[in-house]
Amino acid sequence: MKRARASTVALEVLSAVLFLVFLFPFFLVLINSAKGSFEITQYPMSLPTDWMNIFKNAAAIWTSVNLHYPSSFLSSIIITASSLVLLNLLSAQAAWVLVRTKTRTSAAIFLVFIAAMVIPFQIVMFPLLTWFRQIAAVTGIRLLRSYTGILLAYLGFGLSMSIFMFHGFIKSIPLELEEAATIDGCRRHEVFYRIIFPILKPIHATVLVLNGIWIWNDFLLPLLVLGKGNAVMTIPLAVANFAGAYVKQWDLILTAILMAMVPIIIFFLAAQKFIIKGMVAGSIK
Amino acid sequence: MKRKDSHPLVFWLFLAPVLFAFVMVIVIPFFLGVYYSFTNWSSSARAGNALRLVGLENYVRIFNDPAFAYSFILTATYTVLNMLVINVVAFALALLVTAKTRLRHAYRAGFFIPNLIGGLILGYIWQFIFNNAVPSLGTLLGFASWADPANLVLARNTSALGALIVAGTWQYAGYIMVIYVAAIETVPVELHEAAQIDGASPLRRLRVITIPMASQAFTITLFLTLVQSFKQFDVNVSLTGGGPSTMFMGKPIYGTELLAMNIYNTAFISNDLAGGQARAVVFFLVLAVISLIQVSVNKKREIEL
Repeated sequence: MKRARASTVALEVLSAVLFLVFLFPFFLVLINSAKGSFEITQYPMSLPTDWMNIFKNAAAIWTSVNLHYPSSFLSSIIITASSLVLLNLLSAQAAWVLVRTKTRTSAAIFLVFIAAMVIPFQIVMFPLLTWFRQIAAVTGIRLLRSYTGILLAYLGFGLSMSIFMFHGFIKSIPLELEEAATIDGCRRHEVFYRIIFPILKPIHATVLVLNGIWIWNDFLLPLLVLGKGNAVMTIPLAVANFAGAYVKQWDLILTAILMAMVPIIIFFLAAQKFIIKGMVAGSIK
Repeated sequence: MKRKDSHPLVFWLFLAPVLFAFVMVIVIPFFLGVYYSFTNWSSSARAGNALRLVGLENYVRIFNDPAFAYSFILTATYTVLNMLVINVVAFALALLVTAKTRLRHAYRAGFFIPNLIGGLILGYIWQFIFNNAVPSLGTLLGFASWADPANLVLARNTSALGALIVAGTWQYAGYIMVIYVAAIETVPVELHEAAQIDGASPLRRLRVITIPMASQAFTITLFLTLVQSFKQFDVNVSLTGGGPSTMFMGKPIYGTELLAMNIYNTAFISNDLAGGQARAVVFFLVLAVISLIQVSVNKKREIEL
């Protein structure tokens, strides 16, 4: 019994030490966001002499024309939220008809979606730009440097995995449920929106979390589709743009990083149970 | 009620939006991309009469380019080491946070948090750590040599590769840990109790109970870390930017340029779109083959266990 207790203490200490090691980079960002450029290069490891500096740096970031923090933050929210709504609704309804329609066409479409999961972004990214430019030239619909284009892109790149997950879940929903609704007078599309869509809650969580983390943090796709220094920028794009313009100005770069991270960390701590559960459900299948 | 396909209208209407996006963003660019890789595609020869087929020329150029060979070897090395380190760390963390420690939920959240930070931002944090914090720590501890610019972690390509692995592990281990935790928690407690009564040591229980029972998770985690490592771009951009430069086969090249960055730089820095596109096709083929092999090997092993 004594040995068991000793080993528990050892585990507790080991866990605590690793926990601190994992969070130490965040701590460094925090203390150095409250320093001036001289202090940061001379004493990066020590506590700041004046914590109030953090507000001075934050104000500089908030008003920086290279970062456009307020508008970039808003763009990130618009892009992530809209993509998630589109992905969750459209992939779910697609998955439902693919599960419930037992034809060869249906099976083939599903197979193509799944096969597309091995296609890396790299092979389509350059032609995508040319293709979007051609569409704009012919139809006048601007897809580059616009919300329309990036939302279409996220729907396209996210749908395979999302359909795959919804498909797996919908297969386990008994058909009797739908038949009962049909007898009660539900029309075909109503069966989905009224009966099926609400049941999909747990898998919606997974799809939201996995796509949400991906889209919010994505860098390469916005870099190509939106471009740096454009009116519509996401947070990663803005930080890259800023870090490129202020090379080695760590006081400002780290403050920008802090301001990019804090909202996400707060969001995570608030929705932690939901997020962790969502991630697990998705990966175990 | 045997009218299984009596709603073709609903079928096509429900599929229309995703099919549209899929064709626009994946199918057309994919085939265009394969086609362009056999042409002289460039920013001036985009379409129309200037664009012409050049056969395998772009592919021949790839295999004569030392920078690509170097980048390929580097990416393979990085992928293997990164997969290894992430999975070992993640599994160890999973064992720790499933032990009956008092603060295990807080630990779990703490280890997971770096995963919420995108690779780009996280790379800048680690650049600061390696370029500023580590030298300063060296001075504090009395190792003045740490502050010598030539000794910086990011100043040599082998240690810079290590830095990429450290940053990659910090980002991804928490996510993989969550998957391992879920797998470990499905192992029935009775199994451990029975083994304990039979006198099995914790290490032996780990080897004969936990690891085999978690084998399904290994298929997923190895696949995820493989793809994640092979496609790494964001951390590469912000942490090392491809540097420092080095010599390879008599040519000066970037010392830490992973394949994804090599593709990007070929197209936009060297202004060689067709060359970049051909590299992307090779990248796709390699990724497709290794992920198929990896999944089928693991599936087979999973059944045997």
